[in-house]
Amino acid sequence: MTKSSVPDTQGDSQYDLIIIGAGPAGMAAASTAAREGLTVALMDEQCSVGGQIYRAIQHTALQYQQILGADYYAGQTLLAAFEQQLNAEQSQITYLPNSMVWSVEDDLVVSFSSGEISHRLRAKKVLLATGAMERPVAFPGWTLPGVMTCGAAQILLKQSALAPAAPLVLAGSGPLLLLIAAQLNRAGVAITAVLDTTPKGRYLKAAKYLWGALKNPILLKKGLGLLQELKKSGIRYERQVSDLKAIACEQGIQLEQVQFSVSGKVQQIDCNSLLVHQGVVPNVQLSRALGLAHQWQALQQCWSPVRDTWGQSSHADIFIAGDGGGIAGAVAAECQGQLAALKIAEQLERINPQVLVQQTRPIQRILAKQLSIRPFLDQLYQPAEAFLKPLGDTIVCRCEEISADQIRKIAAQGVAGPNQAKAFCRAGMGPCQGRMCGLTVANLIADEQNRTVEAVGYYQIRSPIKPLTLSELADLAD
Amino acid sequence: MGLSGNHNQAEICVIGGGVVGLSVALGLIRNGHQVCVLDESDLAFRASRGNFGLVWVQGKGDSLAQYAQISRRSARLWQPLAKRLQADTGIDIQLQQKGGLFFCLTEAELQARKQMLSQMQVAVGGDYPFEVLDLQQLRELEPEAGPEVAGATWFPEDGHLNPLLFFRALTDSFLKQGGQIIHSGTVSDIRALTQGFQIQTSQNGLWQCQKVVLCAGLGNQILAPMLGLNAPVVPNRGQVLISERVKPFLTYPTGHVRQTGEGTVQIGDSKEDVGFDSGTRIEVMAKIANRARKMYPILNRVRLVRAWGALRVMTPDGYPIYQQSEVHRNAYLVTCHSGITLGALHEGPIADWISQGSTDLPLEVFNDQRFKL
Amino acid sequence: MTNVSNFKRLPSRHDASVTVFVEGQAVQVQAHDSAAAAILAAGLGHSRTTPITGSGRAPYCMMGVCFECLVEIDGQANTQGCMTLVREGMQIKRQQQARLLTDSQHD
Ligand SMILES: Cc1cc2nc3c(=O)[nH]c(=O)nc-3n(C[C@H](O)[C@H](O)[C@H](O)COP(=O)(O)OP(=O)(O)OC[C@H]3O[C@@H](n4cnc5c(N)ncnc54)[C@H](O)[C@@H]3O)c2cc1C
Ligand SMILES: Cc1cc2nc3c(=O)[nH]c(=O)nc-3n(C[C@H](O)[C@H](O)[C@H](O)COP(=O)(O)OP(=O)(O)OC[C@H]3O[C@@H](n4cnc5c(N)ncnc54)[C@H](O)[C@@H]3O)c2cc1C
Ligand code: FES
Repeated sequence: MTKSSVPDTQGDSQYDLIIIGAGPAGMAAASTAAREGLTVALMDEQCSVGGQIYRAIQHTALQYQQILGADYYAGQTLLAAFEQQLNAEQSQITYLPNSMVWSVEDDLVVSFSSGEISHRLRAKKVLLATGAMERPVAFPGWTLPGVMTCGAAQILLKQSALAPAAPLVLAGSGPLLLLIAAQLNRAGVAITAVLDTTPKGRYLKAAKYLWGALKNPILLKKGLGLLQELKKSGIRYERQVSDLKAIACEQGIQLEQVQFSVSGKVQQIDCNSLLVHQGVVPNVQLSRALGLAHQWQALQQCWSPVRDTWGQSSHADIFIAGDGGGIAGAVAAECQGQLAALKIAEQLERINPQVLVQQTRPIQRILAKQLSIRPFLDQLYQPAEAFLKPLGDTIVCRCEEISADQIRKIAAQGVAGPNQAKAFCRAGMGPCQGRMCGLTVANLIADEQNRTVEAVGYYQIRSPIKPLTLSELADLAD
Repeated sequence: MGLSGNHNQAEICVIGGGVVGLSVALGLIRNGHQVCVLDESDLAFRASRGNFGLVWVQGKGDSLAQYAQISRRSARLWQPLAKRLQADTGIDIQLQQKGGLFFCLTEAELQARKQMLSQMQVAVGGDYPFEVLDLQQLRELEPEAGPEVAGATWFPEDGHLNPLLFFRALTDSFLKQGGQIIHSGTVSDIRALTQGFQIQTSQNGLWQCQKVVLCAGLGNQILAPMLGLNAPVVPNRGQVLISERVKPFLTYPTGHVRQTGEGTVQIGDSKEDVGFDSGTRIEVMAKIANRARKMYPILNRVRLVRAWGALRVMTPDGYPIYQQSEVHRNAYLVTCHSGITLGALHEGPIADWISQGSTDLPLEVFNDQRFKL
Repeated sequence: MTNVSNFKRLPSRHDASVTVFVEGQAVQVQAHDSAAAAILAAGLGHSRTTPITGSGRAPYCMMGVCFECLVEIDGQANTQGCMTLVREGMQIKRQQQARLLTDSQHD
């Protein structure tokens, strides 16, 4: 594709299905849909397929497979199925890497940017498979160079075989924290400490969901296995850590120390790298910009777009699969991708309803098993209040450098909600468009006004959902 | 039935918490009243949150000299208001009134604009200090003006401000002086009592007040008839683009592009009759971007970080309505399109008029009966 | 360049065969590295200063959502380093506060 193609909005669709995101959900959906004879365009802003879990699966940098482990290389099976469809003689799949989708409109026109040139395509159905992002949690010092997310470090491992500078500390809560600590450890990276911020009493609270979790004993065992792996290797592991703070060197330009408390005792560890993690939340930027219905997930403390068991959203022709619709992990994402693709094939009359039922039953069984453990994990690893509701001069909006106090002050005055707060203090107006502060701002307003986060609501997101050059947009005018 | 104790009460209720409502409300506090603003929730239509921030005079009132007159009066009242807001709240609303430019991309456009401004000059007896600049003269003011630009008109009284900081400063100042802002949800009914009014809100029960001022933007259309007033306002969508922060490179605001105090470049804006839809459309945004790069080719590589659509509050002739109800003398209607430009007028003489019942402003022409056949 | 903070290369299946320039200094990187990875490998420390207070920032999420990795790449300001693959000869510079618009950048 060389020229910006502006589809005639009255005219034909170029594809049966456009899939946005080539992680497990998107890849599985593309393979399935193509197999059923649908023409598919698969777009991803990354340069290769895999999404977050299977990042760089086509060209993993690390020499030794045991570092990332079997769950990562399982992506090769998915990749093989996808490549088979993609490279088939009369392939139904157009794969568009380096294609950042910045708008999806009601009429199913998808606009995307590739090499700073924008194109527009239209489909009969659209599947959002845009995945999750790590929950942005504000704590003192989180903007310092030297602090990054665990997921970021993992991406560097997978794609570049790069390991963070020592001394290294990991802090946070959740299965991914343990996984990434274990992966770094296996890679021979020295970890000075793992600071687990899972608050006291969470195991007790989560226990009521244990029944569901036991339906998936393998997953449960994996989690415990990671913990043991870390302990065995003698890494200092602190529990019930609170008051996490990244402290800068004298010049203020680089991380030098992490400070925290355990049972009221304040401690410091010198470090050059601090990796943080507090779980993952759906990346709702596109579904929000589309104005789809969203619901508040109390256990996961995040918003997710409403979807039925097939993944159909509040817009009849727009489906959602994978973690972008609610966190359930890679295997579930793959199942959801398949289910959505099959349902779409049925709606476009490529398969009949009986075949749909036959084909989907086994997938649904696998999915159910994956979903059964989520309430347990969600309750266990729900971030501690202090991370959701920061205090004082802690930066909340990284782009515009707006502190918790500034937002609290506006909230205490009775601001109507996050959008009015944004107008009043610029939180959410920078290039990340509120991705990093949206949940926190809503939490702070809720805290100050004694309302629920659900009632407070979220930013109104508009396309383009990522920055574009002016010329790129203007070029679409003719 | 008089005022009873069982309800929320205020001396004056202002319905609508946009910049028009808050400007009037602040002026009423200055006049010593006890004022409560009733407003909707976070996601309501709010022109005040989506506008372009121009304090604009040139070309305003080309078919109504009184409109030109009140716009200029407001522009003159702006500096003292901005100073007062800063003293009150510490917020600098970034007001600049160094003059403004209106770019014309074709010679025909430039000639037509020249003719319009000349006629306005004649209509006010000469005191209308505009200038017409060709591209070369324009480049002395704005060196980045592009080769496709035919020229511009210049007016020394034009300016701009940060409309969100203005909104915030109004809010802070009003609250600080004891005003109340209630997110009451939608006002669905207003009833005249023997004395005063009773107001039904969707989330905050009933309110009673002695005086009521309608400043509900597009909501005025439904509310006005309840008080014997007429506000046939309709939405007109404007889409605006905004860039990343860049080092200062523009000196003057123009009708379509201005650099804000933060360094972002604000690029506007469309005029679309699309009903109650404040969304963005790519075709329209592309046109806006295309015009902007003709004005300033240097903008080609700037990154746009946000875009939005907002609904203007338009009367059929585009001019404001300032009306005291003939039926219920303590009910007023204030609605307009240019609520930023007219902000200082609203906080000043308009609020004084509502407080004191008289004014030297030529308000007769802004009556609400003009839309009735 | 302070090197306390640089990321270390682990045994890799790829060669560091691409040369990029980080703040003018040649750095050998791998073809699948992003510009943000190159910055971290070079131990640049902060890779941008904010337009507001000028405080130093470095890549945070590596997946395109935080916009902390904004750098100047081959003259184009405020480019997301984590979303840009390296190319031979690529010039990567710190984004110093608000960018300066220049017309030479337009093709
Ligand atoms: C940083 C990170 C690391 C993770 N690591 C692991 C792990 O090691 N193990 C594990 O079990 N789980 C991991 N997860 C959890 C992960 O969410 C799921 O395992 C799984 O990747 C979800 O699959 P998905 O297909 O729903 O989305 P993803 O795998 O996240 O794929 C979504 C894809 O959509 C693309 N995309 C998003 N928005 C756009 C857009 N606007 N335009 C174009 N493309 C777009 C992204 O580039 C991405 O490739 C991780 C999550 C994150 C955020
Ligand atoms: C794109 C665009 C660019 C603009 N540029 C400029 C400019 O450069 N200069 C300028 O001077 N003007 C400009 N304007 C116009 C300016 O923004 C408006 O004149 C001004 O904001 C109107 O303010 P308002 O308070 O009347 O309306 P709004 O901001 O719409 O506020 C109305 C308020 O009333 C509330 N409300 C409505 N109905 C009810 C009800 N039944 N009960 C309770 N509350 C209710 C709403 O919730 C809302 O808060 C622009 C407008 C747009 C859209
Ligand atoms: S590091 Fe977060 S966007 Fe690049």
